[in-house]
Amino acid sequence: MTSAPVDSDRDALITGIGLISGLGEGARQTHALLAGPEPARPPVEEDKFAPYPVIAMAELDLSTQIPRRGDQRQMGPWQRFGVYAAGLALDDAGIKDDEELLGRTNLIVAAGGGERDPEADALVLDATRESEDPAAALVEPLLTNLRPTLFLSQLSNLLAGNISIVHHVTGSSRTFMGEELSGAMALQVAVRRIQSGQGDLFLVGGAYNAEREDMLLFYELGHYLWQGNPAAGVWQRAEQSGGIICGSMGGFVVIESRAHAAARGAKAYARLESVATDTGPREDEAAVGARLERLAAALDGDGDDKPLGYLCGASGAKQATDMERAFIDSLSKKHDVVVRTFGSVLGHGLEAQMPVGVALAAAALDQKRYYPPFDPSDPATASDTPPDRIAVTSFGHWRGEAVAVVARAD
Amino acid sequence: MTSSHRDHLGRPVIAVTGLGVVTSLGTGKDDNWKALTAGQSGIHAITRFATEGLGTRIAGTVDFLNGTPETAADLSYNMAELAAGEAIGEAGLPREQFPGPLFMAVPPVELEWPQRLALDAAAAEGVEGIDRLISGAKAHNRTWPYDRFVFAGVAERTAETFGTQGAPISLSTACASGATAVQLGVEAIRRGDCEAALCIGTDGSINTESLIRFSLLSALSTKNDPPEQATKPFSKNRDGFVMAEGAGALVLESLDHALARGADVLAILAGIGEQADDFHRTRSKPDGSAVIGAIRNVLDDAGLGTDAIDYVNAHGTSTPENDKMEHLALDHVFGDDLAKMAVSSNKSMIGHTLTAAGAVEAVFSVLTMRSGRIPPTINYTEPDPDIVMDVVPNQARDADVTSVMSNSFGFGGQNVCLIMTAP
Repeated sequence: MTSAPVDSDRDALITGIGLISGLGEGARQTHALLAGPEPARPPVEEDKFAPYPVIAMAELDLSTQIPRRGDQRQMGPWQRFGVYAAGLALDDAGIKDDEELLGRTNLIVAAGGGERDPEADALVLDATRESEDPAAALVEPLLTNLRPTLFLSQLSNLLAGNISIVHHVTGSSRTFMGEELSGAMALQVAVRRIQSGQGDLFLVGGAYNAEREDMLLFYELGHYLWQGNPAAGVWQRAEQSGGIICGSMGGFVVIESRAHAAARGAKAYARLESVATDTGPREDEAAVGARLERLAAALDGDGDDKPLGYLCGASGAKQATDMERAFIDSLSKKHDVVVRTFGSVLGHGLEAQMPVGVALAAAALDQKRYYPPFDPSDPATASDTPPDRIAVTSFGHWRGEAVAVVARAD
Repeated sequence: MTSSHRDHLGRPVIAVTGLGVVTSLGTGKDDNWKALTAGQSGIHAITRFATEGLGTRIAGTVDFLNGTPETAADLSYNMAELAAGEAIGEAGLPREQFPGPLFMAVPPVELEWPQRLALDAAAAEGVEGIDRLISGAKAHNRTWPYDRFVFAGVAERTAETFGTQGAPISLSTACASGATAVQLGVEAIRRGDCEAALCIGTDGSINTESLIRFSLLSALSTKNDPPEQATKPFSKNRDGFVMAEGAGALVLESLDHALARGADVLAILAGIGEQADDFHRTRSKPDGSAVIGAIRNVLDDAGLGTDAIDYVNAHGTSTPENDKMEHLALDHVFGDDLAKMAVSSNKSMIGHTLTAAGAVEAVFSVLTMRSGRIPPTINYTEPDPDIVMDVVPNQARDADVTSVMSNSFGFGGQNVCLIMTAP
């Protein structure tokens, strides 16, 4: 799906950003760290989950966004990151304590599931491993080791639920699941609803906690994890066997119609022009080619002669990253594409990858300062002119391809 | 195509042209409707896994499909395929080329214990704790496909089977999920993104761990004997819901699209309404304001007054909390009109199909209008004196029903209402 031209009053503007990662918090702060001549790099945690390097979340003072300890205790790290980032976005948009606005803010969260308790799981395995009937033997150790709060902290829609409880966002609440694509589709639905007059105010985003064994296990089931040089960028990894380095991150944006933002005097970072998404098997070359052509069409627009920013959310998973490489090569024939692979800096954050990329794009457009190359192996890194339009991509490690186009607000 | 049928707000009118359903009562609308209007229960003792030592040993599992599905993802997919196939067939659309996107409510998936035990057995020697599973995953050649534990997996398979357009949306709003899938489809057609949408809710996730999780929240009935009497919405002695499985599918189209191709219009999807609650993770605001807001929103969206609803297909879970709150909200919004309305709970017979419930019950809501017969609330022998409502006790009733409101409420403050009217 791509969008038709819309009345400019119904433009979807980004008026608040909540961004957290291994580099710290704040859209402008993160932009400043990444846009300098020597772009900052978050520390890579090499030992804790060896042989898998991961990028941990910077230290957060949770109490600034989740003041009640009782609320913090009801959540796992993934939900805390998300609620924290959502709070930053609401603060940034100036609607944090505005009950009237929060009461009609539509929430769309891209979510996976919350952390399991690895110690509890290990105890259950210990108790059942030797049993002649392991299925029957599960009952007692599960009864002993599962806790009710753990269930709630694992439920996919409880990140949204906690955002409602902690920040009082109650207009509506939708949770999309489905790995990388869910982040793009959450943004897509918000943009289309604003453009078509089905709402004025949205809070959209997701979060990811890289420091969790259950997700490393999940990735390892598909043999998707990188085990080599922890400093290797996405393209370098894909040139070998490929592999993901997970990164903790959270990205939420407040999106509102231009008319709504103007009426309340809100300042916009950028305009979310469109989000294009597609999916399907990747074995059929012709089908893949047709999908990528449709995605590329979303990037056509005014000023095709100007540089087109390209914030690449590639994961490093081989098939997906090779596919995106081909996409970039073909785009380069038409556009002056300036690729910056943020996945090489912040790591991979599944559902949060696209929202985080959109946050980075909005910050750069607002500051009128694009990013220097993140990865020495970035393809097509030429231009120094700050672009007015930035394509943000997230190609799912397994399925799903998405491009969001973020443009200057004016 | 310019739309000629517009609703009171100038939006395209949405038609329901296909319905499909699977529950513990059977596969397909005919079997389900026969059982449901006969007051028959699909709740039984669990045989899928050992239940000794558990407080709750009953459920509405779907055990009659061919083969034993290996995972919740497989069973959820199998039921969705049956329900969607039935709905698309009824709509008279090609089975492998659905002319619109897929919106699909699916249970959150993760590795299950049989897979964990298999990985544990494949682990390298000397590895301890949870690292054993990762070690097993490294060594192990999976006997199941990766997509069984990818959140997008069930919807991706469904989208491929029915050739839906674009990327499907997988969603979860807990026990309101099925209704959220319908909401998303309605919104997409109304804004002109598509002319048709396939909306599905499916849930086949009953296993030892999921049962224990809900038990730990004290949400489930423990009246195991006899199983078919455990779920008793609006009764004084109700003590929790009964977990169940199923799938519901609806084909939605703009009315113009449906008429242009000569499709039978089964119902009009006239309104959607929602309001999130910010009170508590598992409980509603004591004043019911969020549920009240959702009901008011759906009436406004449909352009109907409180005297225009003939029948409420209640969320009616049979938990002490839900049924009290649902009645409070209905009473608050409808006032004197409530006395003229019938309010029954399908969950008294099929249990709580969780992620699927909103879609399954939307299907039954349309069947209620079309058959002119309201399915009962069974097991209603001890009325709750605080809930004074016509719950259609124990026996189905013939009635002229031209408008239905279907309620869905979930953990995490999710409240969604749908209104369907006769074409």
